Amino acid sequence: MAIYNLTVNSKKVKVDVEDDMPLLWVVRDVVGLKGTKFGCGMALCGACTVHLDGQPARSCQTPISSVGKNAKITTIEGIGDVKLHAIQQAWIEEQVPQCGYCQSGQIMSAVALLKTNANPNDQDIDAAMSGNLCRCGTYDRIRKAIHRAAEAIKVEEKGIGKR
Amino acid sequence: MENIQTSRRDFLKTTGLTSFGLALGISAFSKDAVVKKLNPAILKLEINPFIIIDTAGNITIVNPRPDMGQGSTQAVPSLLAEELEVRLDQVKIIQSDGKDKYGSQTSGGSSSVRSLWEPIRKAGAAAKEMLTESAAKRWNVPVAECFAKDGTIVHKPSGKSLTYGELADDASKLEIPKNPKLKDPKDFKILGKYNKRLDVPERVTGKAVYGIDVDIPGMVYASILHSPAIHGKIISIDDTETKKVKGVLKVVKTERTMPHRTSEAVAVIGTNYWAALKGRKALQVKWDNADYEKTLSTEKYFAETYEAAKKQGINYEEKGDFDAKYSSAVKKLESHYETPFLAHAPIEPENAVVHVKDDGTIEIWAPVQGPDWALRDVCAYMKVAPEKVKINVTLLGGAFGRKAYHDFLLEACHLSKELKKPVKVVWTREDDISQGPYRPGMLSHMQGFVQDGKIAGYHHHAIGESILGQVFKGLKPDEADPWLSEEISTSNNKYIFDVASKISYTHVKTDIPIVWWRSVYASNFGWGQECFIDELAHLAEKDPVKARLEIIKDERFRKVLETLAEKAAWGEKLAEGQGKGIAVFKSFDSISATCVTVTKKGNGVKIDKVISIIDCGYYVNPDNVKAQTEGNIVMGITAATKDGITFTNGVCDQSNFHQYNIMRLNEMPEIEIHIVDSGSSPGGVGEPGLPPIAPALGNAIFAATGKRMRKLPFDINNLNG
Ligand code: FES
Ligand code: FES
Repeated sequence: MAIYNLTVNSKKVKVDVEDDMPLLWVVRDVVGLKGTKFGCGMALCGACTVHLDGQPARSCQTPISSVGKNAKITTIEGIGDVKLHAIQQAWIEEQVPQCGYCQSGQIMSAVALLKTNANPNDQDIDAAMSGNLCRCGTYDRIRKAIHRAAEAIKVEEKGIGKR
Repeated sequence: MENIQTSRRDFLKTTGLTSFGLALGISAFSKDAVVKKLNPAILKLEINPFIIIDTAGNITIVNPRPDMGQGSTQAVPSLLAEELEVRLDQVKIIQSDGKDKYGSQTSGGSSSVRSLWEPIRKAGAAAKEMLTESAAKRWNVPVAECFAKDGTIVHKPSGKSLTYGELADDASKLEIPKNPKLKDPKDFKILGKYNKRLDVPERVTGKAVYGIDVDIPGMVYASILHSPAIHGKIISIDDTETKKVKGVLKVVKTERTMPHRTSEAVAVIGTNYWAALKGRKALQVKWDNADYEKTLSTEKYFAETYEAAKKQGINYEEKGDFDAKYSSAVKKLESHYETPFLAHAPIEPENAVVHVKDDGTIEIWAPVQGPDWALRDVCAYMKVAPEKVKINVTLLGGAFGRKAYHDFLLEACHLSKELKKPVKVVWTREDDISQGPYRPGMLSHMQGFVQDGKIAGYHHHAIGESILGQVFKGLKPDEADPWLSEEISTSNNKYIFDVASKISYTHVKTDIPIVWWRSVYASNFGWGQECFIDELAHLAEKDPVKARLEIIKDERFRKVLETLAEKAAWGEKLAEGQGKGIAVFKSFDSISATCVTVTKKGNGVKIDKVISIIDCGYYVNPDNVKAQTEGNIVMGITAATKDGITFTNGVCDQSNFHQYNIMRLNEMPEIEIHIVDSGSSPGGVGEPGLPPIAPALGNAIFAATGKRMRKLPFDINNLNG
């Protein structure tokens, strides 16, 4: 067991866990944030996607010991906690979720995509989102929602620019 | 009385209601939806009526269909809100707990709206009439001058109004109208209209609570090692390494109970799930799988099905003397169509939290499709009365039939009893994929002939394991499985074969655990039926749409096919290397047809577009009908072109998503969905879109390449493979 001082969703948390415990289980069962999901445990489905310093990471394959001391961990609970993120808003507009279980991971991947690419085309979306499985089959809506969110962000930024 | 009062208070507290006003129940077992008043005196210890309007005006409905993504959390309150004249956001829902009084509570068979359409609307209409009458009495005006709107009764001439809350007590004293007047569908404001699902926000913020998210104080975690050959026996357990894992509390020999048999298993108990899982991986267990190395084999199973195809099956229906007509026919065909075993692979793996308490009561938190069945299974397994069991149904992270099979729940029951603690069992993806239960693999042996340029003779011989036989009441040796036979019968597919037709079945058994999977046997037999009709159409030198229309009189089928032909621009010139295929299938009272367009690419094809048409009669939300149909397109393409489940020497060959692939976003073709508004009574929505997908794709591949695919799954990038 070892003590880790983590920053999760901008909050400092101290955990005492085994070095090889994946970030997924640290976040879910130790920190108690259940929004990040377990789907495969092998980095194959993306349900467990979180951000490490803004980069999407599969938390089921990230041992806690590999998370840097100063790393900022962001989970779905840290996205749009004050105001819904444009991606979440678009997910509601397009009524993306069915069961919703995969959607935390989908949203984390999509938020990361828009951060680096404000205007993704379909190929960019393919590249960023194909690691996230959805057994309910919401892919068509996910694509539409990402385009919609990108548009919304552009409009919002223009508005701010004018002011 | 004391008891009732206390439990009423508890109930009110947990539901956030102020006090009872009007409480209506729907007689769970009567077919014609009798609405009953629930008088507090008869509400025993646990008070959970169907619909309650309290004196503060809160409206609560008990949802008897768990939500696994199909949208029951919207559909159920919509049915009530429409007739009660309230907004959707005014209705609060509570999930039913499996108790008898709620009647059937299983999300399955695309049944939610089909079975609740009448009863809930009737209860809503009855409540509205009672509230209206109460208001009229209070004002001393004719009922006809009053109307209901957004939770109030308004007196039209004067404009004065009273809220439902203010009227609820009065209303509860009135007789329930015997035949409350249901709204004319043309006046619907909610049903059939686009409405956002109100629980989407919690599903995009990580706040929705699934079974796997439940934590109970004092709970321990279990990861269970099952026999790789499913039914193997334990020879020895070496847990030396397991015990060294920090956080591992205990290793216990346990069991997995399936409907057809109980298997031995070893559970590792930990203070956290990771410790339990790590400990489980460190276990050295020797299994005696000798009995299963030969019997658990999909190769052997399919070999038996092809053998069976050489013999006569048991007739389910026959018209004309098919064999005689077939043997003398000049233009005839015979083919075999195969579909594999499939795992459901909901993204939330199977899990359950169970607390067997010292006083003998049991509390459960689990993602189960049917709390009623879960309750029945738990009571039988634990030998307790239903009053002693409380089931809290969580949201389900997908299910597709898997979570109506309670092996994982009974495992948690067994362990909690043994450990005298709340236990959370979480299956790994490997457990989910390699342990079953699965959709059974099936074989369709097809024969048919053409006479005078028309498809005139048809025989569908369905061969394989029976869900009814293995999971439910069993199958007699001379019985054609009625569930699957009905799905492929001519009364279901509506084809009229002028000369002769036959539907038959041969039962081939397997010990591989099976259960229903999205659209059940329709997902298997749509493939054989619709590809073979296509083959016969070509034999008749007819266009596949025309050939079908020639042998279908049913108006709804015709309309669906014609709409598809129109939307898909059927018959228009195609680009070089392109091909289109269609298929139609009726399941769960809804008719769905699909047109797939593909283009040749190397040794395979690329799917350009999928157009699906669905006639599901009346529906709640067109957007949800579309969403479910989209899901069916994805699951249907996955089932046709990704991995099947195979067993070699007793062991499943697939373990996780690298061997059991699921379609990914980059493979998503362009899609288009159209609803045919037939105004028929509601059909299913969650499943009927799936059966036509694979055959439409197979028929498109034939049109584009001349290659006839007969065995699923196939590699879409290499059709020769
Ligand atoms: S759980 Fe991490 S990728 Fe599937
Ligand atoms: S919404 Fe159910 S798995 Fe994606």
